[in-house]
Amino acid sequence: MKNKSLVSINDYTREEHIHILDLAGAFERRPKQRILEDYVVATLFFEPSTRTRLSFESAATRLGARVIGFSEPGSSSVQKGESLRDTIRTVSNYADIIVMRHPREGSARFASEVSKVPVINAGDGANQHPTQTLLDLYSIRKTQGTLDNLNVAFIGDLKYGRTVHSLTMALCNYNTTFHLVSPTELKLPSSVKMHIKAKQLGYHQYTELSEVIPKVDILYMTRIQKERFQDPMEYEKVKNSYILRNSMLDNAKSNLRIMHPLPRVNEITYDVDDNPKAYYFTQALNGVFVRQALLAAILGVVE
Amino acid sequence: MEKTDQRKELKVSAIENGTVIDHIPVQSVYQVLRILNLMEYNDQLLIGINLESQKMGKKGIIKVSNKFFKSDEINKIALVAPSATLILIKNFSVSEKKQVEIPAKVEKIVKCFNPNCITNVEEVVTRFDVVNKDELKLRCHYCEKITAKDNMAFK
Repeated sequence: MKNKSLVSINDYTREEHIHILDLAGAFERRPKQRILEDYVVATLFFEPSTRTRLSFESAATRLGARVIGFSEPGSSSVQKGESLRDTIRTVSNYADIIVMRHPREGSARFASEVSKVPVINAGDGANQHPTQTLLDLYSIRKTQGTLDNLNVAFIGDLKYGRTVHSLTMALCNYNTTFHLVSPTELKLPSSVKMHIKAKQLGYHQYTELSEVIPKVDILYMTRIQKERFQDPMEYEKVKNSYILRNSMLDNAKSNLRIMHPLPRVNEITYDVDDNPKAYYFTQALNGVFVRQALLAAILGVVE
Repeated sequence: MEKTDQRKELKVSAIENGTVIDHIPVQSVYQVLRILNLMEYNDQLLIGINLESQKMGKKGIIKVSNKFFKSDEINKIALVAPSATLILIKNFSVSEKKQVEIPAKVEKIVKCFNPNCITNVEEVVTRFDVVNKDELKLRCHYCEKITAKDNMAFK
């Protein structure tokens, strides 16, 4: 994996995914190891994303690396009209690896082609966010003991959520049965369903959240955004139908865990937070271990 | 008498040297002219539309004097008129005849339909994988979105 950019979840094989999860497990057991002391990590955030950036910077710092970069384009040469090509070429002289978030789709792939050093995609528009997918896989494996043969439900905005798309594609390698719960307007697009069908896996579509809860091992919640609806009336109709409350979890399986990429707005009520099935904050913590594993593996300091 | 029977009357006159693009679907003729920039062509250009064809019922044909297309141009023709045949003419006779073919990868010539794709923001050479030749679906190497026949534009 040394020097191999991570732009899209499919850039790495199933075996490479598993390898990263195993490495992340080792970092969870020993998070502070100064193995990147000689390295510089650049975090280029052309679009603000506090959570992802802090998670990467925490991962890099815990491994002893120095972090350079910017957290919004206003404080960089981008403001002066510099092209992405030139920014990446310049920064790849200063750093050993580049972590980037950019509002345009395909920007990370392009950056990986003009950069002298490997690039990790921390989100390119609505396209890919592979480190989120890896931390989701890590969280699923950790809570269920396996990735194989699970029943996974995705709830909410399945049409625009890139998190859902990438995780669905990754889970297609593990004989997952998918339970897709969304308003009709926000159904999983056929371009993603294509992957499920290609592997001949089971999938069921629902518009009601409650009926799916007893059937599944993972409940992956997402936020429904008002601006996704053409007709505001439609949003008003569905906005309360996909809210998870603690009382709905009574007949859930004991191994069920609730995940969410965060930030949440109102789709999980606060009374769920104290339920042992709530996993979303631990899920965010797991992101640090997975990013430690990626930095270390791509820089070639661990095998 | 026998001679005239044998000689098929040409609906569009012959060219001495150049390329004949035959078997173009009727509705694609203007598009072929456009993508090849033939609207501004300075030499002889002969166009036939709604000609009878045994193979297709009705067809279009374009004869371009003193022009031999490059592979990029031939790929463009294949994308808008996959049924087309290219006939190279030298000294009024056919020197080569070939069926155009949709390539597995398309570079440079097609614009990604996604306005938020980096290739539409910065100067980036576009690259696509042809994921479906029959329905013509191209997946952008950069944004990974599918550009299909009905939203395809050319550079």
